Amino acid sequence: MTDTLPYIRPKYIGQSIQRLEDSRLLTGRGRYTADRKVPRMAHLAFVRSDQAYARICNIDTEEAKVLTGVIGVFTASDFAHIPDITAPSKMLNYHATFCPVLARDFVRYVGEPVVAILAVNRYVAEDAAALIEVDYDPRDVAVTARAASDPTAPRLHDSLESNTVCSRQFLAGDCATAIDAAAHVVSGQFSMTRKTSVSIEPRAYVAEYESDKDMLTLHSATNIPGIVRDEIGRLLGLRGNKFRVVTADVGGSFGGKGSLYPEEVIVCDLAWRLERSVKYVSDRMEDIIASSQAFGEEVEATLAFDENGHFIALKADILGDIGAYSIYPWTAALEPVQVASFMPGPYRIPHYSATVRGVCTPKPPTGPYRGVGRPMAVLALERLVDKAASTLGLSPTDIRRRNLIKADEFPHRIGSGIIWNRSGFHECLTAAEDAVALTALQAERADRTEKWVGIGFASYAELTGIGSRIAVAPGMPMNTGAETATIRIDATGAISAVFAISSHGQSLETTLAQIVAEELGVLPEDVNVIQGDTSLTPHGTGTYASRSAVIGGGVAVNATRALLVKVKRVAATLFGVKPSDIQTGNGNIFVPNTNYSIDFPEIARVVYSDMSTLPQEARVTLEVQETYDPIFGTTTSATHVAIVEIDPETLYIKLRRLFVAEDCGRLINPLVVDGQVHGGVAQGIGAALLEDLKFDDAGQPITATLADYRVPTSAEVPDLEVVHIEAELPDNPGGFRGMGEGGTIGAPAAIANAVTDALSHLGIEVNALPITPSKLHALIALRQDEIDRSNE
Amino acid sequence: MNGMTHVTVTINNERHDVKVEPRMLAADFLRDELGLTGTHVGCEHGVCGACTILLNGASVRSCLLLAIQLDGAEIQTVEGLGGVREMHRIQAAFREHHALQCGFCTPGFLMTVHDILGRLPLRSDEEIRDALSGNICRCTGYDHIVKAVRSLVTERDKVTNQ
Repeated sequence: MTDTLPYIRPKYIGQSIQRLEDSRLLTGRGRYTADRKVPRMAHLAFVRSDQAYARICNIDTEEAKVLTGVIGVFTASDFAHIPDITAPSKMLNYHATFCPVLARDFVRYVGEPVVAILAVNRYVAEDAAALIEVDYDPRDVAVTARAASDPTAPRLHDSLESNTVCSRQFLAGDCATAIDAAAHVVSGQFSMTRKTSVSIEPRAYVAEYESDKDMLTLHSATNIPGIVRDEIGRLLGLRGNKFRVVTADVGGSFGGKGSLYPEEVIVCDLAWRLERSVKYVSDRMEDIIASSQAFGEEVEATLAFDENGHFIALKADILGDIGAYSIYPWTAALEPVQVASFMPGPYRIPHYSATVRGVCTPKPPTGPYRGVGRPMAVLALERLVDKAASTLGLSPTDIRRRNLIKADEFPHRIGSGIIWNRSGFHECLTAAEDAVALTALQAERADRTEKWVGIGFASYAELTGIGSRIAVAPGMPMNTGAETATIRIDATGAISAVFAISSHGQSLETTLAQIVAEELGVLPEDVNVIQGDTSLTPHGTGTYASRSAVIGGGVAVNATRALLVKVKRVAATLFGVKPSDIQTGNGNIFVPNTNYSIDFPEIARVVYSDMSTLPQEARVTLEVQETYDPIFGTTTSATHVAIVEIDPETLYIKLRRLFVAEDCGRLINPLVVDGQVHGGVAQGIGAALLEDLKFDDAGQPITATLADYRVPTSAEVPDLEVVHIEAELPDNPGGFRGMGEGGTIGAPAAIANAVTDALSHLGIEVNALPITPSKLHALIALRQDEIDRSNE
Repeated sequence: MNGMTHVTVTINNERHDVKVEPRMLAADFLRDELGLTGTHVGCEHGVCGACTILLNGASVRSCLLLAIQLDGAEIQTVEGLGGVREMHRIQAAFREHHALQCGFCTPGFLMTVHDILGRLPLRSDEEIRDALSGNICRCTGYDHIVKAVRSLVTERDKVTNQ
């Protein structure tokens, strides 16, 4: 009997729906910032510092100024009206730096903008740049964080007492006593070199002056349009009625486009002053040497455990190389403090102590990069976990299983204060163990003649979709915990969903449409997701920190549900039934098992255009605006497994397999989730095996092209295997957890453990990434030296 | 240096007679002079492959060519593949397999795939990965791109085997 069947609305959440943004991106019709061309648009180029730390003695711009096609040549004094960029924080022991939009008196890293040239096209602007001469008086430099942290090191900022701009301590329990009393202790020094995001679209800004409204629109390749609007508005004295930021298509960010840059302030200021549109597109070398960098940390850590392999105490000392300035808005504390916050990982460790220092060096500022601090934290801890396992002769999975927080122990507060909620810690480990068929690998591992084969595990947990109770960066006076959405049905029955967040490859036009469509009962392609325009929403910050599925998805659920209440109320009046009798689905609004049914265009016509069917008071606007704040956040967890083989002749390290088992809650679009995991893992592979920003003793970057700074190509990335676990859904709307960064968090540690395992017959540990054939060669030579010396 | 040079070139089946500065890059010519902004510039030193176009059927980097070197050539850019409503098979395969995220490297990949599909056997995933290794994608980790190309090879080889 059909009339007794309950009505089940079609599901779109969880479906691998093809992306709605793809048709334009696949046909060359995307709208990236560099594609913009408007009348009388002027083009900007920069003369950048070629010195790491120097006093500016003289800048000769005479020849450049008179070149045909040059509109203006500008130095620091031309921007004296703009306050220096400075990132405030309520964190104790934090000292803000002051970064002028063009270097004033001093340059503090190679690549820092010194002179801005505006010309009729980029070719002429670069011709003029080549005619400018800057005289520098170089100062002594302390290039590494270690050297710069010495109290006698030359100070990068005369206004600061030392190069240490932030420091913090974490203490839970009695770590020192616990370590002293423990049966076993393992220690190590761990490090990662600096990385940079390398989004394939370089940074690009076009400030368009609209003379009819005396208004400025910044089209920016940024992933934080709301933050950029608020801060440039403050710096230039422009409110939202005079200044908006638009991000149409953004060609990747991974964090590199997630801070405020001097160039975008200059583009806006010049356009506003000259009443003329101004464009700046960085070239790749500029993008590598003058975008935010990340991951430059050293960690000294000790793990204490009992004879059964149960962890007792963890101690860590973290030194972060934060670069020349404390970046806006995240501050210099973002990355090193995050290392300490996540260091205890997904394990029960009763005693924890950590010290963190962030030190200024004459290099580009560090900022967010996929994973932020956690790749370093996980590398250090997971290496210690494997060292503990080999001390006791336990398998890597056994020791993890003994220490991972169990299902009945949630919520669990780790030593840094972070609270883990139920997530599939054990389930991910078990899935990973099952997937790699360990027994079959053992024979291959044992035979060291042809290849050195190794396997490595890494388990981690991360906090995603962080609400207003926790600052994304410590002490940052900014609400990054809330998002706003407006969902409306217009007079034609079309659905628009307006969000303050924006996408730089995350597929939000599709995934948010899936959520709205399922909740409202329409088809995903009927929903027009509008995002990345600060003039359309009162407040919002952007897409970063694995927040958009949780916070953006959460507000999509809440706002659509509120809109559905309105729709049902109108339909109930029309049909003369109770609102609770109304159902929606496939674009129809109906009472099941009756003839009462209308579609969305019809209900829109009745509400907006028909003046007789509904009483006046029932003709309400079918629009809802909601704000959602998860207050705390959700816990995402995973286990990564890497299998590597090393050629004993060439020491080439081949990553043969990389497997991920992860719990990101309810999947909105499995294809999109897989894509995010794959991309994150590829960046983790780069961090582990290839990517290395090098600076010489004078602070000169020596990896400023993509030929020198090597990111993974299809030849270095294996087929990636991903299994999704839904241990128990979190209680945030939709049950989503963030997962955009996880791939980068787990893979480096898993690869370091795998390479160490492959080298076990040589007694070599890989504690510094990236590990390359030449670094491996050096480690082997060093080890041989040790053996030779002990034999003497 | 600033003398203009005459260039005759056919781009996506449209013939253009234009004067350009001898130093103008082919990529800038396509994007800024002709408005064909689907060809993207990612590195300007020939490594990333985002600016890949077809020159007389062969994939080349438009950031390493001058506009005057296009004189007399047949050029195909991403705009010449398929439209928003009726995509080329390569574009459709990329969509089906979610082989793009931010989309910035995508036009270069599409043109490279167009070239290698016509030229190489691509019998294994290893061969596909090798053939794609001159294009950098920072979003996808390549897995879905390889799957998309694999599906296109399967489709191609069924046709040629008949």
